[in-house]
Amino acid sequence: MKIIVAVKRVVDYNVKVRVKSDHSGVETANIKMSMNPFDEIAIEEAVRLKEKGVASEIIAVSCGVAQCQETLRTALAIGADRAILVECSELLQPLAVAKLLKALVAREQPGLIILGKQAIDDDCNQTGQMLAALANLPQVTFASKLDIADGMATVSREVDGGSETLQVTLPAVVTADLRLNEPRYVTLPNIMKAKKKPLEILKPADLGVDVTPRLKTLRVSEPPVRSAGMLVPDVATLVAKLRTQAKVI
Amino acid sequence: MSYQAPLKDMLFAMQELAGLNTVTALAGMEDYGLDTAHAVLQESAKFCEGVVAPLNWEGDKNPSSWKDGVVTTTPGFKQAFAQFAQGGWQGVIHPTAFGGQGFPKLVATPCAEMLHAASLSFALCPMLTDGAIEALLVAGSDALKAKFAAKLISGEWTGTMNLTEPQAGSDLAAVRTRAEPQMDGTYKVFGTKIFITYGEHDMTENIVHLVLARVPGAPEGVKGISLFVVPKFMVNDDASLGARNDAWCVSIEHKLGIKASPTAVLQFGDGMAGTIADSAGPGAVGYLVGEENRGLEYMFIMMNAARFAVGMQGIAVADRAYQKAVRFARDRLQSRDLAGSCGPVAIIHHPDVKRMLLTMRCQVEGARALAYVAAGISDVAHHSAHAAERAHSQALYEFMVPVIKGFSTEMSVEMASLGVQIHGGMGFIEETGAAQHYRDARILTIYEGTTAIQANDLVGRKTLRDKGAVAKALCARIALTEQDLSAHLDADCSAMREALSQGRTALQDAIEFILVHGKSDTKAVYAGAVNYLQLAGVVLCGWQMARAMMVAHEQMESDPVFYKAKLITARFYADAVLPQAAALAQTIRQAGASTERMPVELF
Repeated sequence: MKIIVAVKRVVDYNVKVRVKSDHSGVETANIKMSMNPFDEIAIEEAVRLKEKGVASEIIAVSCGVAQCQETLRTALAIGADRAILVECSELLQPLAVAKLLKALVAREQPGLIILGKQAIDDDCNQTGQMLAALANLPQVTFASKLDIADGMATVSREVDGGSETLQVTLPAVVTADLRLNEPRYVTLPNIMKAKKKPLEILKPADLGVDVTPRLKTLRVSEPPVRSAGMLVPDVATLVAKLRTQAKVI
Repeated sequence: MSYQAPLKDMLFAMQELAGLNTVTALAGMEDYGLDTAHAVLQESAKFCEGVVAPLNWEGDKNPSSWKDGVVTTTPGFKQAFAQFAQGGWQGVIHPTAFGGQGFPKLVATPCAEMLHAASLSFALCPMLTDGAIEALLVAGSDALKAKFAAKLISGEWTGTMNLTEPQAGSDLAAVRTRAEPQMDGTYKVFGTKIFITYGEHDMTENIVHLVLARVPGAPEGVKGISLFVVPKFMVNDDASLGARNDAWCVSIEHKLGIKASPTAVLQFGDGMAGTIADSAGPGAVGYLVGEENRGLEYMFIMMNAARFAVGMQGIAVADRAYQKAVRFARDRLQSRDLAGSCGPVAIIHHPDVKRMLLTMRCQVEGARALAYVAAGISDVAHHSAHAAERAHSQALYEFMVPVIKGFSTEMSVEMASLGVQIHGGMGFIEETGAAQHYRDARILTIYEGTTAIQANDLVGRKTLRDKGAVAKALCARIALTEQDLSAHLDADCSAMREALSQGRTALQDAIEFILVHGKSDTKAVYAGAVNYLQLAGVVLCGWQMARAMMVAHEQMESDPVFYKAKLITARFYADAVLPQAAALAQTIRQAGASTERMPVELF
């Protein structure tokens, strides 16, 4: 069974993001970029399935700028067998990525597609769901446990107040939650091996996908700074202020 | 997170100052270019920050312990070391023929820096193992290499350096451990070694001791010392482990710092516990490395690597102390701003706290740059296609090693002390953690040759012996950088040019003084040796900060945040550190005579 894993290059989780001065987005120049942590979990899960003999080949896919190759090399060092970059300098929205992935799913015919449940930069939490719909595949989101047997995937997923277990027929789309696994540390020999693994570069046009953004960002701004509190002499003043100033009662 | 590897400054120093492109263009180094180096540094950072750094404090509270000859390391160390070995990190710099990854020293050096910054105590074990591997590979027979090198490089076993004995510390001529040749070509080693870092531990199944000892009839002094491999467990021909060798840990030391690193007293050939490796009776079975009586020469191979590595330890712990101090200074509110504020401000706004932080920052960046430059030069010395370039680079590297070791470690003690100072009263409280860095740093100016030993090496072997040729060649290169600075018309570069030029002139004066008085007034010259080493450190690091300043100036647009900080840090070095050079030169000229004048009985 082939597995496709989608990985996104995002601002590293340790970086304190800053809004660009023209409010068009956040500053991404000259800051540390890494693989989206949920995608790292997705890759790790695929590699574990391969180590168990369930999967035969893992293809890591990323869509974005040329530097996404670094992210793909990390995926290859964790254990993916080959990588595909759909190179595109425009900002990609979840729908465009889902369409690109759909085209690759059609080409590669994987038995399983694993994605991170969301990317930590835009927190969209849409790509997996859109891909499942476009490719007409069953989906299980927020997976915290994944078992594959007899052409079926049994998946525990985190829901409000507990977990539920679903079973879907393969091929299917699974999105990884935090507790699915703990990704391994990449070893030095595997970094060197990753350099020699194949990495194919395509353009959106090669897959016949129009990636034009469908949504327009009007303005990005910092959350408002919390203003200083005040001391009130008694309960009556507090109630009065809640009524007249804060207008919450 | 308690430690974040300064990847950006590391890559800057590698690329812009140490010539990563030149190094990776050398024969056999093509595979290790920028992208690979970048990936390796990132993964090394993840491991060091995530696995090793959290153990540092635990190691201080819960050090290695000894009971009945068995040493138990700090909880978590064994698992972390297994992960370190499995990650292939022990093999970064070692040859691929023995399972290593063959990286240039320039890439291995930042990896080592991160490991040391994460935990000096932990990183000592791989550091000593590196030294043992290097000595084996350079001087050992093929049979010895086959038996021990691959297992050390994979991190399955670890290595030690056994030099010191109670009466033989800085002066190894006094080594008394003896090795008696046996019929089968092996030796039996008898004697006591002290201060053996990771001489006994529970992290791996075997330990490979490299031991200095004398064979019967060997000449007196350093020319009669041989080097032996003495494994803790004998190794069978099929690589499985055999009998326990007669080499025992009789105690470990209680120390001021690096408490998690077990410092062992090893007893060879005591016939203890009745388990003797072979039927010939007591004595630790040892294998001669290379030829008899050339042991010290081989030991110096690993000593040079180890001295450089200890210099890196200084840079690493100073950086960690700096990171901690910055975090505290940002958080701690105390006193109004001098320029006026409505309430207390974070202490990072106060001029003296800024001075301390900038001092730490510029010293760390300068020392890092110099060490990485030296690492790049060492790569050229090993891999260049041209013999003349190899020889010249080796001479430069050997001049820089005592400076990097002596200067960076003295610097680290001062900077860790500033780190405590920035924390105020809390810095004196152990729970804060600043004190640990100060205590841990304190050993660095002592082991692998004290600062004075480094300084004597710099004066004797590195300056007087070649009549100052290398020292003067370095000054000429600094003068070229001054010319480059003149081409930049801004105020920062001209201030730097002025400061660097004065520093270089002071260094030249000191070199002249040493060359003129080295023979006639030997004791007075050596009384100033440490000041000479400090002077060389101040000027050589200043030289690198000057080069960094020009890069920052030229590339400001491409990354304004990073380069602005670099530019101001370099300027601070020019304004606050380089002026020390003139005072040090004056001390070298003057203070030797007054030191000599004082009769010892008047102390």
